[in-house]
Amino acid sequence: MMVQIVLFAGAREIVGASSLQLSLDDPSTVADLKERLREQYPSMHLLLDRSVVSVEQQYVSDDKPLYHGAEVGLIPPVSGG
Amino acid sequence: MIKIVKQQIDTAAVLEFVQSEACGAAVLFVGSTRRMTDGRETTKLNYECYEEMAIAKMQELIEKLKSRWPVEHVSIVHRVGTVALGEASIAIAVSSAHRQASFAAAEWLIHEIKKHVPIWKQEFWADGATEWIHPDGATPTSTPATFKAES
Repeated sequence: MMVQIVLFAGAREIVGASSLQLSLDDPSTVADLKERLREQYPSMHLLLDRSVVSVEQQYVSDDKPLYHGAEVGLIPPVSGG
Repeated sequence: MIKIVKQQIDTAAVLEFVQSEACGAAVLFVGSTRRMTDGRETTKLNYECYEEMAIAKMQELIEKLKSRWPVEHVSIVHRVGTVALGEASIAIAVSSAHRQASFAAAEWLIHEIKKHVPIWKQEFWADGATEWIHPDGATPTSTPATFKAES
């Protein structure tokens, strides 16, 4: 399956793009996506551990299954307000 | 009212939005760029957001706020892009018949926005360094019932 990941702040700087497409096995969960990101971007390891993922703009846990075409957000610790 | 803006926040308008004859009280909170943090000098801040999700999360917070306090109106305006020293990055206004609810709700709201809303700030320090701020304890809960009722 293909998912699109939108990236922000420190994660965006590490990857060098505000979004990326990732090809994942079917089935895959958010945990699998994070593992793939760890492999492709080793310097994002620590930030990934502290980040949460959103799917269709809802925060989800690592066991959430993904699906083809999902809009996934990588949400590092927030600092608005 | 919930808005994400790029230009200077009209804080008077944020307050005016919540005022009405039904309300004897209105509280305005303004968060702005501070010069010194732990002995280090800031030259400016830059904010970015996951806009659609940020607005949705702020809407959820307003609904939860209204279920907890007898508040009439709420407005939230957050600025993105560069925010210079002394300028507002966020303005929140809350109104109610009596003041206790507005004071309590406004404090709760800024606290919750800083924990749950996908907005990030980038520090530009006077020594030339820059960094995106990703504080400990600011990872939004990932469980489906994101906004658990608090006692």
